[in-house]
Amino acid sequence: MIRFLLRRIVTMAVTLLIISALIFFIIKLPPGDFLSNQIAELRAQGESASIAKAEFLIKQYGLDKPAWQQYLVWIGVMPGPNGFSGLLQGDWGWSFEYDKPVVDVVGDALWLTLLVNLAVVIFIHVISIPIAIYSATRQYSVGDYLATFIGYIGLATPSFLLALILLYYMNRWFGVSIGGLYDAQYAGEPWTWDKTRSLLSHLLVPTVVIGLGGTAAMIRRMRANLLDELGKQYYVTAKAKGLGPTKALLKYPFRMSLNPFIADIGNLLPHLVSGSVLVSLVLSLPTVGPILLSALKSQDQFLAGFILMFVALLTVVGMLVSDLLLAWLDPRIRMGGGR
Amino acid sequence: MNTALTSNRHYVDPAPFDPGATEPVGAENESFYRASSWQLMWWKFRRHRVAVAAAFVLIFFYAIVPFVEVIAPYNQTKRHGDFLYAPPQGIHLMHEGRFIGPFTYPYTYNFDLESFRRVYTPDTSKPQPIRFLCRGDAYQFWGLWEMDFHLVCPPEDGTMFLFGTDRLGRDLLSRIIYGARISLTIGIVGIAVSFTLGLFFGGLAGYLGGWIDHVIQRMIEILRSLPELPLWLALSAALPANWSPILVFFGITIILGLLDWPGLARAVRSKLLSLREEDFVKAAELMGASKQRIIARHLIPNFMSHLIASATLSIPSMILGETALSFLGLGLRPPVTSWGVLLNEAQNLAAVQLHPWLLFPMVPVVIVVLAFNFMGDGLRDAADPYH
Repeated sequence: MIRFLLRRIVTMAVTLLIISALIFFIIKLPPGDFLSNQIAELRAQGESASIAKAEFLIKQYGLDKPAWQQYLVWIGVMPGPNGFSGLLQGDWGWSFEYDKPVVDVVGDALWLTLLVNLAVVIFIHVISIPIAIYSATRQYSVGDYLATFIGYIGLATPSFLLALILLYYMNRWFGVSIGGLYDAQYAGEPWTWDKTRSLLSHLLVPTVVIGLGGTAAMIRRMRANLLDELGKQYYVTAKAKGLGPTKALLKYPFRMSLNPFIADIGNLLPHLVSGSVLVSLVLSLPTVGPILLSALKSQDQFLAGFILMFVALLTVVGMLVSDLLLAWLDPRIRMGGGR
Repeated sequence: MNTALTSNRHYVDPAPFDPGATEPVGAENESFYRASSWQLMWWKFRRHRVAVAAAFVLIFFYAIVPFVEVIAPYNQTKRHGDFLYAPPQGIHLMHEGRFIGPFTYPYTYNFDLESFRRVYTPDTSKPQPIRFLCRGDAYQFWGLWEMDFHLVCPPEDGTMFLFGTDRLGRDLLSRIIYGARISLTIGIVGIAVSFTLGLFFGGLAGYLGGWIDHVIQRMIEILRSLPELPLWLALSAALPANWSPILVFFGITIILGLLDWPGLARAVRSKLLSLREEDFVKAAELMGASKQRIIARHLIPNFMSHLIASATLSIPSMILGETALSFLGLGLRPPVTSWGVLLNEAQNLAAVQLHPWLLFPMVPVVIVVLAFNFMGDGLRDAADPYH
């Protein structure tokens, strides 16, 4: 088990390293950067004091160096102008647009992003397992067709459109605004019980919207798996021996069908994170989504780079967790030492 | 094993092989045994009713694409200054209990000084019949010929806004029809990019094996573990702002295709590996078929069907990707019209609340995506005609 764990962690580290290079390359693709654009603008206005500051920042973050050196400084394996200070050392860089350290800009957004995604994963599992069991045990019933139909709609409707429609109807029918993650009066307040409750009630709609597509896919897969298992002889034997239907179902075929279900978290996570970024923009949730969009538009490279790294980390760690869960659940994988 | 087979010369009977000679085929299933695999797939696909219906829906949508200028009642850029944010106009058939064919009632508007909005009311005393096969807004057909022929035109000195108008008073229905051209082609072009990449890398990995296979597999794993949308955002933010709309269109398609190929490559690789071990490949080798013949005659047709099915299933994600990017303002930009660009106007709550018809462009998006999903499911089932 420990060998398996070690190997997975090393793979994860290498993956993250390659991802960081890819992200840095993509961010550096557009010509120019935030500071040189700003300097050009300031020159046009003739403000020398601000130019000096911008030039100081360029020196400070080594933006005058070649790109590969900037990359190494950014991840923290090469000493920059102020020693080793990059992602590895916990220095996430400076946001030029906000004129604040990146850590102050993203702040709570990181935890809220994590929270939204966690809520969605839990939602998908809580909703899709019972529906899949129902659909599989009562195949071709009205409920089964209904679940399949809603599933298809969930797959085909882009989450941001669903968010827009919900936004419209919630406002029209109930007069509530579902934007944001808590009521406006709690913004910037310390975390109290009321704020938490407000957060939970606001979390509902985004969770449903982001999770619907994933739920649909999960139900389809789980239903197919369970149907396969239900046709097998051990289930017939169990029933023939007089085991109650619930126990016969939950004890054997259900556990078997759960296996690919957990393995699938890894496939699901990138889509969920994508969905949460998009839906956050529509519903103006204070997650990293809106910050990322504005950072990309203004070429605020350290901010954008950090957020991209963060969402990649989220999915990669999620995959690790799903692999570990799978190994814990399935002795065949654990004993085989991975692939 | 492979070399052993080719070095041993086997005796091959020059006479054509007749399967009916060893095992007599009954008259009732003779056509089944003699059918080619494509024929079998077609038969199996035809039985999948929903998939066939979806295929017809898609044929209908794609048939519109070359002739949008003729089908749309207005030119997409035509502005109606008097009809900003006009709500959808109904088509009526009966006027005062009398049938007079399809017509609209003209809009009159007054300005509501409390909400600062125009309020449009139909004037039900004057029916204005819609014209068919008529002359209307001028356009350049395929950018080549000046024409003004339309299938349907608004009434003479009247209007016909079936889906309402946008903030510049442009007819939304016409813009949706024009948008179909971009939104529907972007899926096809994008899948062509990702298909080529997937075939190339998947084929390389599956065929050569060894360390190349290993490297490509790791590459696929890394790309699949990345959330697509943030990367799409980053890549499309990298497109220079001074590119022409056509260049941006191709840039976006390539971006969509670049991140989509790993799934296809993985399918190609695993299919290639499993097919290499199949009995019919061994049989062909034993009969002395050359490598090219095995690849061209036996392998490619066999996994092509699977590939087409999985490609069909990934077109919707392209269309949705373009819609999402344009919706966020990082994809295609006006004057190019796509469904995503149209939805960009419905981005905030106020717009949706006051002018809900701006959400109409999502209807074709959902229909097309659903149709591709259903047809892809049918194709995937049909791709395995022997099961």
